[in-house]
Amino acid sequence: MRNAFIEELTTLAEARDNIALIVGDLGYSVIEEFADCFPDRFINAGVAEQNMTGLAAGMASEGYHVFTYSIANFPTFRCAEQIRNDVDHHRLPVTVVAVGGGVAYGALGYSHHAVQDYALMRAMPNMVIAAPGDPLETRACLRWLVDNPGPSYLRLGKAGEPRFHDSIPDVAPGQWVPVREGGGDDILLSTGAALGAAIARAEGRPVWSLPLWSMAAKIQQPGQVARHARVTTLEDHLADGGFGSWLTEAVAGTPAAACIQPIALSSEVCDMVAGQSTLNRIGGLTL
Amino acid sequence: MKETPIIAAGLHDTRSLAQRIRGQALRMVTRAKASHIGSALSIADIVAVLYGRALRVSPAAPRHPERDRFILSKGHACVAIYAALAETGFIDGSLLETYGADGSMLMAHISHKVPGAEFSTGALGHGLPFGTGKAMAAKLRGESWRTVVLTSDGEWGEGSNWEAALFAAHHGLDNLVCIIDYNKLQSLKSVDETLRLEPLHSKFEAFGWAVREVDGHDHEALTKLLEGSPWEAGKPMMLIAHTIKGKGVSFMENKVEWHYRNPTPELLDAALAEIEGACGNA
Repeated sequence: MRNAFIEELTTLAEARDNIALIVGDLGYSVIEEFADCFPDRFINAGVAEQNMTGLAAGMASEGYHVFTYSIANFPTFRCAEQIRNDVDHHRLPVTVVAVGGGVAYGALGYSHHAVQDYALMRAMPNMVIAAPGDPLETRACLRWLVDNPGPSYLRLGKAGEPRFHDSIPDVAPGQWVPVREGGGDDILLSTGAALGAAIARAEGRPVWSLPLWSMAAKIQQPGQVARHARVTTLEDHLADGGFGSWLTEAVAGTPAAACIQPIALSSEVCDMVAGQSTLNRIGGLTL
Repeated sequence: MKETPIIAAGLHDTRSLAQRIRGQALRMVTRAKASHIGSALSIADIVAVLYGRALRVSPAAPRHPERDRFILSKGHACVAIYAALAETGFIDGSLLETYGADGSMLMAHISHKVPGAEFSTGALGHGLPFGTGKAMAAKLRGESWRTVVLTSDGEWGEGSNWEAALFAAHHGLDNLVCIIDYNKLQSLKSVDETLRLEPLHSKFEAFGWAVREVDGHDHEALTKLLEGSPWEAGKPMMLIAHTIKGKGVSFMENKVEWHYRNPTPELLDAALAEIEGACGNA
């Protein structure tokens, strides 16, 4: 995903001279392509995420669309107030990019696990969360974010994720994207890198992905949920404050509310050191 | 096509402007029963020099692309800015009467929704990183406007300010001015008793900034330092402005309690009499 991200960003930046990338001293062997092509729009802010984010907001207020880039919690929780006040409140075009969504950095431990990031980001009223499920959704999300500049969060896995789409899908906030056809009205809906787990657990059921969502996109959900008898959500994030919770809140008080069954990571994974696939299994996302 | 107004520094009598800022600030906090009058009086002279002389801004074009950008990082002192914006024509003076009222544009921390205000603050340690981003944008595009950030002293406890201080020096942002309102009083006690900043001058020099100290109530000295070009090529500018919290009202000066208290109508009259009297004698 991160390779699809940097390739796509570099391509987009050729056409749009206001795209800038600021990294928090991370991105070795990823960001060089962008840095080499656009040295005047690439900044390494150093190990200083609060300044990185405030700086990004300042540049965004002068016409740049700034992408801040770091691992997991560093560009999110470390600078949560800068995202809340400087970026989201001012509705500035800053896209916070985190690599290592979920437990992608398994053995690096809890400091590097992003399992509460949706909870943080979806509490921001103007924030669009982009959580692509494969490299093609990554490209689709990035194009949408650049065409619709505003406060946004792009959550990537690492590298080498499989492709689940044949071509770049159409994406829009709140709009479910079909991934696998299947029989019946019992469906799976994933966000982010949990798409692989959804496909593995499908057993012939239809699989959908929701790579773009936001507070504002809740309004579209009751209608989409109501078309199905059961919607099982999947995410590599804790249940509390996550994607399943978001969807449940979105349909609360409607007849569709009883249809939703969230599958998320158990908080057990927060105390464990293991590879991503092991943590996803122990956490209950995969079988 | 509509002609863009020429952007130039104001030509106000800064002493008279400072007096009117103080008077409006006192009226606003009294009416709204709001806090932070001491913090606003502390910066009234700096703000008067900025809006009256030093900043290239125009009320006719508050978003003019070549304007200087001013950011109040100590957002709690916003009444001084709202007053300056009203006195220099950015907003209607009658708007000040709504300060802090339900539904008012003028909330009790500076708001970017007010014409002429660039950035909402209220949480400390946000103005300098944001201003650094603006200064960086100007540098990258070869534009000649400046960014001026006004911080408190207590907010230098925030690590984000020191991150920005490293960044601005590393990138040679000599189009960035940071003013510290060094009144030496924080929320509970003095800066020295809370989290010592001294030696401040040499700290910033060591960080790679051009540093100057000034009496933050001396209009001539402030004007000289805040007008014009970089002090040292390739270095961001740090102006340590020695100020008195509550300046201009004898019973508020250097008193922690006036970080919070709002004046009674009697105390407002006494304060206004002092300020108006002081100007008459100047």
